[in-house]
Amino acid sequence: MNNNFLKQWILSTNHKDIAVLYFIYATFAAMVGTSMSMIMRLELVHSGDTFLHNNFHLFNTMISAHAIVMIFLAVMPALIGAFGNYFMPIAIGAQDMSFPRLNNISFWMLVPGLILISSSMIIESGAGTGWTVYYPLSGILAHSSISVDLVIFGLHCTTISSLLGAINFIVTAHNFKGDSMSMMDMPLFAWSIYITAWLLLLSLPILTVGITLLLMDRNFNTSFYDVAGGGDQMLYQHLFWFFGRPEVYIMIVPAFGIVSMVLAAYSKKNVFGSVSMVYAMGSIGMLGFIVWAHHMYTTGLDTDTRSYFTSATMIIAVPTGIKIFSWLATIIGGSIRFSVSMLFALAFLVLFTLGGVTGVMLSNASVDVAFHDTYYVVAHFHYVLSLGAVFGIFTGYYYWSPIVTGLNFNKNLARIHFFLIFVGTNMTFMPMHYLGMNGMPRRISDYPDSYNAWNEISTFGAILSSLSMLQFAVVVENQLSNGERVTNDTLINPAYTFGNTIASETLEGHSNNAIEFNSPAPLAAHMFNTPVSKFVTYVN
Amino acid sequence: MEGIIELHDNIMFYILLIVVLVCWMISSAVVNFNEYNNHFSMKYLNHGMVLEIVWTIFPCLILLMIASPSFILLYLNDEVVLPAMTVKAIGYQWYWSYELSDFLNTTTNQTIEFDSYLLNDEMLELGQMRWLDVDTWLYVPTNTHIRFIITSMDVIHDFAVPSLGIKIDANPGRLNMTSVIINRNGVFYGMCSELCGVGHSMMPIKIESVNVEDFLSNIMEY
Repeated sequence: MNNNFLKQWILSTNHKDIAVLYFIYATFAAMVGTSMSMIMRLELVHSGDTFLHNNFHLFNTMISAHAIVMIFLAVMPALIGAFGNYFMPIAIGAQDMSFPRLNNISFWMLVPGLILISSSMIIESGAGTGWTVYYPLSGILAHSSISVDLVIFGLHCTTISSLLGAINFIVTAHNFKGDSMSMMDMPLFAWSIYITAWLLLLSLPILTVGITLLLMDRNFNTSFYDVAGGGDQMLYQHLFWFFGRPEVYIMIVPAFGIVSMVLAAYSKKNVFGSVSMVYAMGSIGMLGFIVWAHHMYTTGLDTDTRSYFTSATMIIAVPTGIKIFSWLATIIGGSIRFSVSMLFALAFLVLFTLGGVTGVMLSNASVDVAFHDTYYVVAHFHYVLSLGAVFGIFTGYYYWSPIVTGLNFNKNLARIHFFLIFVGTNMTFMPMHYLGMNGMPRRISDYPDSYNAWNEISTFGAILSSLSMLQFAVVVENQLSNGERVTNDTLINPAYTFGNTIASETLEGHSNNAIEFNSPAPLAAHMFNTPVSKFVTYVN
Repeated sequence: MEGIIELHDNIMFYILLIVVLVCWMISSAVVNFNEYNNHFSMKYLNHGMVLEIVWTIFPCLILLMIASPSFILLYLNDEVVLPAMTVKAIGYQWYWSYELSDFLNTTTNQTIEFDSYLLNDEMLELGQMRWLDVDTWLYVPTNTHIRFIITSMDVIHDFAVPSLGIKIDANPGRLNMTSVIINRNGVFYGMCSELCGVGHSMMPIKIESVNVEDFLSNIMEY
């Protein structure tokens, strides 16, 4: 290992290098998470002894690790760590992140996180607690092995990582903007990362508190959650979901930003109502903090409490609707080019809407009595996360990877990838709605025979979508080893990058967006030495 | 449960309305405003105050129309009107234990309580359902206000019978209450709905509703 390699990749302080590390890491973690989901789907292909030979604890370990790996180690590093790190400073014309070394630490904290969480599956019996790690089950009596402690430490590592990253993003957004840029002039993607950073900053400490108290309960004889000692396990649920609710917006808001950019760029039109898009994202984020107990409708909450959380939750549909309709108004009247990233963005629109409307259904405490903890919930959150956030990641990858690597991907291979993942994920998660309506509970490792048919279809879909992951690997391999070189002429590739300027009277004619597409590709490690003072559109 | 189904169908109407609207708008945009059919983008079509107000108010109205029946149902479900009998359901890893404290077995001078275990595959008889049938199940009378009191002795379980519209967590150290009135004879199944460990899928709930006379004779056998 020569010194330069060490300097560039291990001790790196360059936001671009760190972002690439994040992306490699996230891809690796996503493969791990996908393999776990395949194990679960294979176990559930039929009722009866199918794949895990009735090792139900292993199944529970898989559901816990799948969720933790996908959320904390795949989606968040890819969206916030990779795309946020790479393009947020560029989007606002900053030369780098505010605290480059902090940036490096926040990446390297994730590595022990992955090691701890994957070793928790291997060491002793594994943590079969679900990603929620609800107390009495995760307590020392029900899970006496060290695995749960490893999960807690793993979550601590990812929490520290995200928290440092969030501080970095907020400071960067405030201090490193180009001179002529005000907050409202930041491109939508920069805004989405900025809002996400605030959500992280405010919610992650609550998770840390929750799981640290859990650690104390497990190991140091405290009884914060233990009823027998005067504690209350409901406290854990409240703490966890106070974090857990913003967490889902942390995963989807950066995807909103990416999709806004792509829809605008490939329909050759500015984002419709970009100011209201910013306010919509902000209010989604704020509302995310006051709706946590809709995850706990069946825990025996007071009826008035449930009715409050029902109404607060339903209100989130309003800003989300504003975003969907604004995106529609963006592409209507445009001149749409069906690039691969545009395909992903259009699919995101449809599938996120589907996930959103089932969310409105679930927000009703009275209907939730039927749907709580069934596969309907699983279908809902996979529609917004697996088909929302993950489609957002691929949108971003196909949009930006040519200028990051300087190499174009093979469009036909990428289209096959899109087709496989679109069919695969829909085939996996659409039947889960029907299973949920028939009352199949979540997280069960074997089920009554009547649920066989839809489960089989779901598993076939899962096989298709894991094939699509392999196809993605093929796309990346082909791009890196065999991709055609991006020149400056082919680079202005979404022909029109006026795209995402926050429209403002004073900045008419200024195009502060898409500096990345107006600079020579691949992007230089240091594109500018001081914050950009003037934004000029590159005219081809 | 009828209320839940009705509300679900009610909401489903609005959901379909919105999904069809969005899908139709996307497909019309894709068909009409692509680079082949529309060479010039309307690049100044970026604002529309009226339009934005409409699509803010319109979802609000739909939400109001969803919310009012939802709240009515929520508050109706919560009423426990003078229960005629009480069933205590206690979750254990991994079986349910039921107590009918209203009835006293005069020969042993004890109240009725029994455990309800899953029948494994070898013990199943013809016509019984895998993963749903139990060795001893709960009989309840029809047309009677029944109060369920639910708790747990170890980890959190969840007492769920979808056909009766019941789903409520069994928390250790807490009592949760819900009520039903069953209008017809039948067998109702449910499964534990909160991850409780290895046997999470192995603790089904089976409730058989019978006439009051049959109920009284059946509980003699517990």
